[in-house]
This record gives sequence, structure tokens and C-alpha cells, in this order.
Amino acid sequence: MTAHTTTPPEIGGIGHSLKRVEDARLIEGQGNFLDDISLPGMLYMALVRSPVAHARINGIDIEAAMAVDGVLAVVTGELMAAHNLAWMPTLSGDTQAVLATDKVRYQGQEVAAVIATDPYIAADGAELVDVDYDVLPAVVTPQQSLDPDTVVIRDEKEGQTDNLAYEWECGDDAATAEAFARADRVVSIQTHYPRSHPAPLETCGIVADVNPVTGQATIYMTSQAPHAHRTLFAMVAGLPEQNIRIISPDIGGGFGNKVPIYPGYVVATAASLVIGKPVKWVETRTGNLISTGFGRDYHMSGELALTDEGRILGLRVDVLSDQGAFYSDAQPSRYRAGLFHVVTGSYDFPAAHITCRGAFTNKAPGGVAYRCSFRITEASYLIERLVQTAAYELGIDPADLRFRNFIQPEQFPYETPTGFVYDSGDYPTALRKALDAVGYEQLREEQAEARAQGRLIGIGIAHFTEAVGAGPAHTYDIAGLKMIDSAELRVHPTGKAILKLGVKTQGQGHETTFAQIVAEQLGIPAYDIKVEHGDTDHTPYGLGTYASRSTPVGGAATAVVARKLADKARHIAAHLLEAAVEDIEMAAGKLHVKGSPDQAVTIQDVALAAYTNLPEGMEYGLEDVTYYNPPNLTFPYGSYIVVVEVDPDTGVWKVERMVALDDCGVRINPMIVEGQIHGGLTEGFAMSSMQWITFDEDGNCIGSNFMDYLVPTAWETPRFELLETVVPSPHHPIGAKGVGESATVGSPAAYVNAVVDALAHLGVRNIDMPVLPDRVWEAIDSAAS
Amino acid sequence: MLPSRFDYVAAHSIEEALAAKAQGDEDTRFLAGGQSLLPMMKLRLAVPSKLIDINRIDGLGGVERRNGHLRIGAAARHADVAASDAAFGAVAAAAPWISDPLVRNLGTLCGSVAHCDPEGDWNSVLLATGADVVARGPGGERSIPIAEFVQDMFANSLASDEMVTEVRVPVPSGRSGGSYVKLERKIGDYATVAVAGHLELGDDGRIAAAGLALTSVAPINLKVAEAEALLVGNQPGPELFAEAAELAAAAADPRDDVRGTARWKRQVVRTFTGRALAAAADQALKG
Repeated sequence: MTAHTTTPPEIGGIGHSLKRVEDARLIEGQGNFLDDISLPGMLYMALVRSPVAHARINGIDIEAAMAVDGVLAVVTGELMAAHNLAWMPTLSGDTQAVLATDKVRYQGQEVAAVIATDPYIAADGAELVDVDYDVLPAVVTPQQSLDPDTVVIRDEKEGQTDNLAYEWECGDDAATAEAFARADRVVSIQTHYPRSHPAPLETCGIVADVNPVTGQATIYMTSQAPHAHRTLFAMVAGLPEQNIRIISPDIGGGFGNKVPIYPGYVVATAASLVIGKPVKWVETRTGNLISTGFGRDYHMSGELALTDEGRILGLRVDVLSDQGAFYSDAQPSRYRAGLFHVVTGSYDFPAAHITCRGAFTNKAPGGVAYRCSFRITEASYLIERLVQTAAYELGIDPADLRFRNFIQPEQFPYETPTGFVYDSGDYPTALRKALDAVGYEQLREEQAEARAQGRLIGIGIAHFTEAVGAGPAHTYDIAGLKMIDSAELRVHPTGKAILKLGVKTQGQGHETTFAQIVAEQLGIPAYDIKVEHGDTDHTPYGLGTYASRSTPVGGAATAVVARKLADKARHIAAHLLEAAVEDIEMAAGKLHVKGSPDQAVTIQDVALAAYTNLPEGMEYGLEDVTYYNPPNLTFPYGSYIVVVEVDPDTGVWKVERMVALDDCGVRINPMIVEGQIHGGLTEGFAMSSMQWITFDEDGNCIGSNFMDYLVPTAWETPRFELLETVVPSPHHPIGAKGVGESATVGSPAAYVNAVVDALAHLGVRNIDMPVLPDRVWEAIDSAAS
Repeated sequence: MLPSRFDYVAAHSIEEALAAKAQGDEDTRFLAGGQSLLPMMKLRLAVPSKLIDINRIDGLGGVERRNGHLRIGAAARHADVAASDAAFGAVAAAAPWISDPLVRNLGTLCGSVAHCDPEGDWNSVLLATGADVVARGPGGERSIPIAEFVQDMFANSLASDEMVTEVRVPVPSGRSGGSYVKLERKIGDYATVAVAGHLELGDDGRIAAAGLALTSVAPINLKVAEAEALLVGNQPGPELFAEAAELAAAAADPRDDVRGTARWKRQVVRTFTGRALAAAADQALKG
């Protein structure tokens, strides 16, 4: 793909597929991850976790653990309670146990921590902590949880007499009822989007280093949001914020898993504070999978009201979400179900009504946005599964039904019935281009021929619209902190620069992409710009990287601050060239007098002048900082088409084609964008085909290691064919939208739609994810009988 | 990886390894590839008191034909089997399906055989091909038919002072073919269902010997003797194989679990048995 560029490759502005500057150190094993950090005198912490899902704690015997040579302390909930730290607030206004005092409420819950002189001894000690449990019945489904006869899981919570975590509704109930009343047809679907886990390759961890003399707390932490975490640490632990420095080093994947504050962080910090030595805690793989932020677990019922001609009139959705033991969704505080209300998707219709209830269960808490902007994945999946179902029920081709209902290009900005204002898009062009690429009409003929021979071929479409880049301060905050973000840019006298960000990369390529934004604006070569992020003492404030917000918010801040410096550069150039500032033009690192390209200085000349030769009255230096409050979210979209063949004898299905068209507005580094899409398509394939966290009836987690929780490799991952259209965001300074999560959000419905499409003629309408071969075969078998 | 404390001995001869085993307590374990043992130690499900590393013993490796059989040494890796020209039939077919490349590069066939995990692939292959496991102890060497070697889930018939030194797979003198058909959720996963097939044809084209064994659908790797008996003496063909497939499906004793329902696994056994026998016959006829 050839991208539009305005800078030469040696400057490497927007549109250049520069190689990622971070890759050299990461590929050569020279990264500096949390577990690489070692401080003098450092102690090690191991957690004792509950082996059962629900139990009262009668007592904890630490004697044997304390007797191990090298064990210095065993921390229990009782001890934490003495420091008022046995419980902590969650990001959704609930409280969560740091170390259990009264009950354990899920398998894997943190019960005690052992501090020792080496990690092996800490693990030995943890084995010897003897907890006396009085096992209670485990509540493992939200339906069971909301039964009035079920035991109350959160009996410690004042006023809580049932297992309801929250209730929320959105949209217009009356208008939706009216739409359904005049519908020719109502099509419905019930589906469970199963619990999944972000499963970053690097688990969570911390090195807490509290200096007992100065009170300075230097906290190395696997954090996607170091600034927000600093403030929350200050609020929760009562530490003065100026004494807290959070350093988020190289991160081996986050995907939403490293947004929350976990009990291990709090205990390790408290231990360092009390003992006066650095304390390291690195989570085990099992600890990560069974206790930290999961994604999804939404039981969804959706109904579409339609005319016989296939016009959608209204949408009604009811959600029952399985929250686990604590309501700790990481989401904007105004919303109880994230941005799920984007469920109206890419379609133009007047009425929608959504009701959501969350239930406490004896499962790990979380509800993080696993590579998704706050519950958008669930929403996108539901509407695309519903539209596909409607197509079968109405006898209209699934692509055609989408064309009949798309929001049209001239309708943007488009206000949805649930209150989003979509910024830009051209959905019909996108879907048409994807259909042409896959050869849709011919495939439908081949499908019919194959069916006649007993072969099962399916074609699945998903056309998703995301709402990413939270967000405008008037609407979006987390724990009261407005979701703005920042960039600070300093150009040094030799023309090299450092860019400091409030956002934090976890592998997305910020160190390259954000330098390219500056290169575009100032003409300084991207490789001459160092990008710093993750150290709260050295970067301006921001809410962090998740929900595809880095480019929409932090990227906008970067463009704006670079433009501020470009403006100053013009003034300096005017001084150097003895011309009027209005006559200075700037392109690709050269500033020249309008009409006289030879009368020019370079940005490097200007940078030196900023510290040596300024016009009278101008302040020295070439640096500035910008805090960016976005006017709106950005709304990337895409058309994905999957072709599968199903083995009728075993239910095994194989992806034959996967065509993915993405429109994320202007692409800053097309190669990095494609890499993000490849990753997201792989995760979408994983969730749709093999990946889930499930539980047995006692609440034991099935999926506690990579033997049971499956992450696909290159071997089983399909080949992807990528396409693009570019409709810029009208409100973003460089027209970009977020893209890191698009493919995770959009692709699951395409894969599932394809398998269901292969069986649609048998009357099959739904198979829940993961679409395991036994589920497919059972669907075929029951359709046949 | 944070296992419990253990002692470690690197043996340089079989005698040295056996002596170390004799001196150790009942939690003393041999270490070859470690691809099952080390993950269990990491989870502290296995807590050996001592590991006797046999990787430095000369002559324990090798995949070769010798005296009418295929010899696979105790230190031979899955990858060695996969790369070997000496391997044949079901052995050659199964080798590339063992776990993933990382495990194949370190894990050993003999270690997997001794582990007796019913989800392991090799014991089905050895049951189908009629292989022997060779063990050495203080009293010398003995050869144990695989069907006697596999006692139960994670239990073999070795005495506590014995170690496996090699596996011997008989090389058929006439036309033969073998196959291993495996369904796994992803690379590196254990089999959801797998079927090992082995056929030898007589001069008249009839099946002279047959082996059929199933992975992951019973408490042990399951030899389907009824199907083998049915096959022998008959002309290979789709109807015969379909009949054998029904016997295999009936013999299987799968469970409902995260990999799928028992009913469906039985169906996969049925389908894969047909495919495994067809592939084995095809190879025998072409060979």
C-alpha cells in the first residue's frame, strides 16, 4: 500500500513505514522489563492464594512459614487492616479486598504474602502458610447469582442484600417499544460472550522502593497508566504525591490487563514502607490468569425490529454481566457498562434501548477492556451477529442487508440513538471494497455448489464501528481524573529533540509513531527524536494507554505541541532571514521566505538560534507542553470477511480467507498499523475459536495456565489479507483515529458469522464462542435429527 | 520457575545413573528432556528429592534400524525421530505431531513413554506397532512389551531400581503402512483425540497384521484389540474400515471436558479411525 506522505523518507513523517526504534533492544533481549530490575538489598514477595472459590477464613497460621530460614515477614489481611489497607477502591466505585480478612470470594484470591530474601524461599514460605477455610457454596453463574435464594457473596458490603453489582440503562424505552410495535419482523439472538483473559506474555509485577529516611517511594510497576496510578496511590495509601515516582519500564504486553491496581502492588509497597527495603513481586503465570483483570463474560439478548424490506427500525438489548467477586471494570465513571451503548453499530435507525445488570459471582474480578474500548467488543459482536441472523430470517443476503441500513457518508457527523456522535466514515465504500477483494458473489455460487456435494463453506461478514480515544473532559473521567492527555517537546540546540508523553507504550510502537508526528510538523528527522514515556517524574500527566486512546489523545497533543514549536520556529526564522513572519513558509525541515526558496534556514539552524540568537524580547529555548482535551471520540471502522470450510464429520473448521479492511483515518506508520491489525485479528481468531476462561461447578478456574488457556501461534492463525480506506477524523489535528483494538473488536463476529453461515441452510443460527468443533458438530447433528 | 529444593546428579554412564537411583529415596527421578517433569516441578506438582540427569551418558541417543527393529535410545529427542530416515509408518507419522518444536527439540520419546500420560501420543503408536520397552536394572536388561509396560494413568511397570534405555519397534518384513491422525486445539496441545493405525499386508493383499490404538479417550492409551482382530485376514477397504471405526468408537471411553463432549469425541474416534486405517492401507499399497 502506498501511503500519502509530505516528507521525504529521511525525515520520516506521517505515512512512512519506519522501522520501529524500540525493536532493536527488544529483539536483542536488551529490553528492561520489570523482572530485570534488581536493587541493592531487594527482598522478594510471594502471594498465598485461595485454593477454593468461596470460604470463610477461620484462621491463618503463619508459624511454619516464619520458621523458614530467610522468611522475614508474613503479611495477612489482619496486618493490612491495621494500616487501613485491607480493602481498596476499584475503578468502578466498588471495594476490593487487598488481602482477605473475612472470606475468600474466588479461587486465586490473595490471602497472605510472604516476604523473603530470595524468590525461592518466598515460594517455600507461601506453601507453608496454613489457612483454615470453612468452605461455602460457590456461585458460578450470574443467573444463579441473582436467584433470591443464593448466598450473598458481598456480605461485608453495607446495604448489600443480594448479588446485584449494578444496573444501568440507556436509550429511549418508549421510542423503542414504538419501533417494535410497527415492525413487520422481530429477530432475536441470545449469546454469551465468554470470559477471556488479556494474557500478556509478561505477567504483572512491582519493585516498590520506599526510602525510610526521605519517604520517597520509587515504584517500578507494570502499568499502562503510570500517572493515574501515582494519583491513586497517593489517594489510597495517603502518601504525598510529590514523593511517589512511578516508573513503568518496558512492558511485555498489556491489552488492558495492566490498567487496574492489583493487591500485589499494594502489599509490596506497604511491605517496603514498613521494612524499609525494596520489595519485588512478580506474578506467576497462574496468578496472572486466575486473579487479574479478565475481559467480557457478557450474557446478551438482542432483538432487532425490521420491516419486511430489511430496514432496521429499532434495537433492544438486555445484558447480564458476570462481574466476579468485585465490580472492578476499568471504565469511565459515568458509565456502568463501558461504552457498550455503541451497540447500534454502523446502522442508521431511530430507536434503541439497552438494559444491563451486573452480578457478583465467585470468580476473579476484572471486566477490563481486553484490547477494546470499554465493552465495545461485546457490543460490536452482538449487533453483527444480530444483523447476520436477520438476513437469514428475512431471506436477504447478509451483505445486502447491511447496505440497506448503513449510515450514509453524507449523514456524518451522525448522532446515534444512544448519544454518540460518529465523526466520519464511508461504510458502503468500505464493505464494497472488501466484498470485491474476497470475490463475494462468486463465493456465494461456490458455496451453493459445495453444499450440493455435501461440503460446508461459510462466508461471514462483520462491519464494525468503534468508539475510541476517550475522551472529552465533559464526559469522560476515570476515578474523577479527566481523560485528557499530554505531550512535552524540547528541541535541543543541535536540532535533536525529546518528546515526553503522558501515554505509555506496551508494544504499540509509540517511540516511533509519536516521533513521526513531530517529524511531520517540524521536519526534524523522526530518528533524531527520542520519545520518553512511563516515568512520572520525567513526563507530563496523562491517563495512560488503553482503549485505543494514545493516538487520538496523546497523538493529538503531540501534533499540537509540535505546531506550537513550529510557530516559534517561524518567528526565529523570520529573524534570521530578516523577513516578516507571515512570509515564512515551512516544509520538510526547511523554513524559507515565500517566493524565495534559496532564502532559507533549516530547523536545525533555528534550534541553535533558539539558544543563541533570538529576536529582541523572545524567550530562550524551543520547548513547550500541551494538554489536549479532545472534542470528541474517534470512530474507526472496518469491513471484515471470513471464509471457512467446516468438516461435517468432526465439526473442525478452517479459515480459508480472511479479508480485513480497516479505516482508521490517517495512518501515521502504515507498517505499525498493519502489525496492530494482524495482532488484533489473531486475538479475534483466538476468542472465536479456542480461548476462554471457564469454571467448574465448584468455581475452580479452568484456564490457569497456557496448557488450558490457549493462545494461538503462527501455525494455526489464518493468513490475513489487509485493505484500507482513509476517511480522516475531522476533529483530530492530523486526522488519525485509534486502531490498536479495531481488529480484536471487529473480527470475532466475522469468524463466528462464517461458521454459522456454513450451517445456515440447516437452520443453525447461533454457536457461542469459542466455536469449538464439538459445538459445531453438535449443531450439525441436532439440525440433522 | 520456582521449584522446591532438589538435589541434582549428572550421570556419565548407565551404571552411575542406576547407582544414584539405588542410593536415592522414592522421590528420586531421572531427567532426560524434562518436558513433562519440569513444568510439574514449576507448579510444585512434582517435588523430586533428586534428579539424575542422563543426558551426558554416551550411547543413549540414536534412532536407527538394528536387528530387525527400529531402536530409539533413551536420550533421543522427538525431533531426532521426526528427522530420522530410519523411522517408518506410524512412528514417522506421529513424530511431527508431538507438541511443538520447542518440546520436540528437548523432550524424548522414551521419557514420554515412561510417563504413561494417556494424553501422550507415543504409547498409542507403540501399542499399534507392537513395540517393546527395554529397561536396565541392577540385574541386567529386560524387554517389556508395551502393553505390559503401560500399567495405568501415569504408572508403568518399571521396578524402582530400573531405567528405560531404549524402545524397539519391530520393522515389518512385508508391505506395511502406518499413520497417526491427531486433533489438537492448537500446536503444543495434547491430543483431543488421536488414532494410531498400523497395517501389514500379506502377499494375497489381505491384512496380515493390524494395530490400532487411541489417545486421550480412556484412562490409558487404548489398544483396540477387537478392531485389530476384525481387520486381520480381510481385504482392506472402506467398509471394513468403517466397521473397525465403529468398534473403536465403542471401545473409547471419553469424558466431557473443556476439549468437548464425550459424544463428539466418540464421533471423532469413529471418523479418525477410518482415516487412519485408510492412510495406513494407502501407504502399505504404495510401499
